[in-house]
Amino acid sequence: MIEPLKRPQKRNPILPLRQPTLPPGTRSRASKQMAAAVAEGRFELQHCHDCGQIQYPPRDACTRCLSVRLEWKEVDGRGELISETLLHHSNELYFRHLVPLRLGLVRLPQDITLLAYIHGDCPPAPTPVRLQAHLDKSGQAVLVALPPVDTPQMADDRILREMTSDPKFRKVLVTDAKSATGQALCKTLLDAGADMVWAGVAEPWKQPPGFDMLVKHPNITVVPLDLSDARSVQDLSSSIGAKVDILINNAEFHRNTGIADRPGTETARAEMEINYFGLMRLAQYFGPALRARSGEGIAATAWVNVLSVYALSSLPNQGTFSASKAAALSLSQTLRAEMHHAGIRVVNVFPGPIDDEWTQLVPPPKLAPAALAKSIVKALQDGVEDIYPGDVAQDLFQKWRLNAKALERDLWEQ
Amino acid sequence: MSTPETPTDVLRKLTAALATERLRVVDLSQTLNNRFPQIVLPPEFDQCAPFRMEEISHYDERGPAWYWNNISFGEHTGTHFDAPIHWITGRDLPNNALDSLPVQGFVAPACVIDCSTEAKNDADFLLTADRLKEWELEHGRIPAGSWLLMRTDWSKRTDPVAYQNFDIAGQHSPGPDLSAVEFLVFERQVIGFGSETIGTDAGQAANFRPPYPCHSIMHGNGRLGLQCLCNLDRLPATGSVVIAAPLKIINGSGSPVRAIALV
Repeated sequence: MIEPLKRPQKRNPILPLRQPTLPPGTRSRASKQMAAAVAEGRFELQHCHDCGQIQYPPRDACTRCLSVRLEWKEVDGRGELISETLLHHSNELYFRHLVPLRLGLVRLPQDITLLAYIHGDCPPAPTPVRLQAHLDKSGQAVLVALPPVDTPQMADDRILREMTSDPKFRKVLVTDAKSATGQALCKTLLDAGADMVWAGVAEPWKQPPGFDMLVKHPNITVVPLDLSDARSVQDLSSSIGAKVDILINNAEFHRNTGIADRPGTETARAEMEINYFGLMRLAQYFGPALRARSGEGIAATAWVNVLSVYALSSLPNQGTFSASKAAALSLSQTLRAEMHHAGIRVVNVFPGPIDDEWTQLVPPPKLAPAALAKSIVKALQDGVEDIYPGDVAQDLFQKWRLNAKALERDLWEQ
Repeated sequence: MSTPETPTDVLRKLTAALATERLRVVDLSQTLNNRFPQIVLPPEFDQCAPFRMEEISHYDERGPAWYWNNISFGEHTGTHFDAPIHWITGRDLPNNALDSLPVQGFVAPACVIDCSTEAKNDADFLLTADRLKEWELEHGRIPAGSWLLMRTDWSKRTDPVAYQNFDIAGQHSPGPDLSAVEFLVFERQVIGFGSETIGTDAGQAANFRPPYPCHSIMHGNGRLGLQCLCNLDRLPATGSVVIAAPLKIINGSGSPVRAIALV
């Protein structure tokens, strides 16, 4: 049984920072498709359309019949660890601080054998295991063999901690703690074992219900943060940037207007100012700070952007909001590309309508702020990149995958 | 028979008095900075932009030998000037916008009424016509064409939360009531009203009958506004001269202003 994770010691300030390193990240085009599924939380392998053979590792033609008609489908992952080895040495810089490392071969009933990291709670081979696909620090798909049933401190396994961004014992910045989602995030993160939460507060003279909780909670520190103001972002980054392990950018400006039904661009500008430029200001001031300390034992690990499912396809009656979120999505893809060199995971969250004051006339189902907060924490625990929390988001995401053009027209009616 | 003083004579005396500091210049403006709060309207309305500053270059690769910024703000940000066109009541008046207002009014005498004790005891303190008449008993009649500046020491609230002073009923800050505004506009012909708070009206003025009396009646009669002033405690009750020249913005309704006073 693995040792429960202990609260990490403070960093010894006279020792140099451990520079971030990454596992080898070169993959074939086919392997990247496997990573794309894992990024959305699915374990998929190629199934041959002609003979049914499952392929591993991913490839361009079937190993049995040479057909090129390979289809990505989810697999269950239950199988048997048939052999294992303990890696003591590696010339890869990344693995040097991870050895000794348990690696093994897992046999699935579908007649394939896969190479996997082995979770510390797995008994020695041979033993039944559950294979789970994860993204490693390079953002590539790797497999972890888990014990057949959950064990008490499972998430504390050091390989899983490498692959995920579990908030436990980590320090988190929530960029807008005043909103309903922000307040729910603060609570959910602390319930999940976060060491502390910095609660970003803009315009402190506007104090909504629940504000007192933020001020009084012993593990929450209220900090001034206004994403519309570069100086405010810089000031906060210079004060806590070198300590933030997880940054959750949930700040948003949300109004309900189309484009032609209201004169002027000021509201649209205000949305862009927070939803788009705000993210950019955060990236410029917090990005370098997080990247610099992604190699530490307890390290900067993740950056979450709360976008909207309407970033994928515009909801015309919230046209300017949709546009600002689409812009933020594009920016976030760039952020992911820039952060991935340091192994920082960028998680994009695409909720449907959140049950808050700006969706009063939107009929249910709406996503409760607490449910959104839970989804975000779970995404960090699972180590995925993109989540679509709630029924509306799931529905629209599926439609978008099937036919983005048809979805565009569907949204005219909503 | 002595020859009358020419404008040059007057100005020579003025500059001599400034040089010897017999006349002093008092800064009545708050610093435009990112933390200074702007007026808050209910969220369904579009909002005035706060002051923001983004660096263009800072002796770096964006411009090796020069430092400069792009700044942005609403017309009613920081210490600022209100023109009559700001309010719907003043929309049809002639010369009601920043580019057409007569510049003569940008230099005007000021009367300062000290309400700091009342405002300290009651954030919702309202200045009345009776209180103004009481002030006149001591300091003389408010001259036509002068500013009436309401000193409350509100500008000493350096914490933005205390400056805004919101609770669930909205903002609480002192200002004039209807009687005071009518007295100043119709019986004393002031050029305008100036305050240390975020507006010339009291924090609760949305609930007055009529709402926003100072904005509505001052601007409806071609008078001006100054708000977010500071250092009013350094002005005498009468006899100072305020210089407050707004930016010359086409059809502008207001502008941040570097207001100063000669005392």
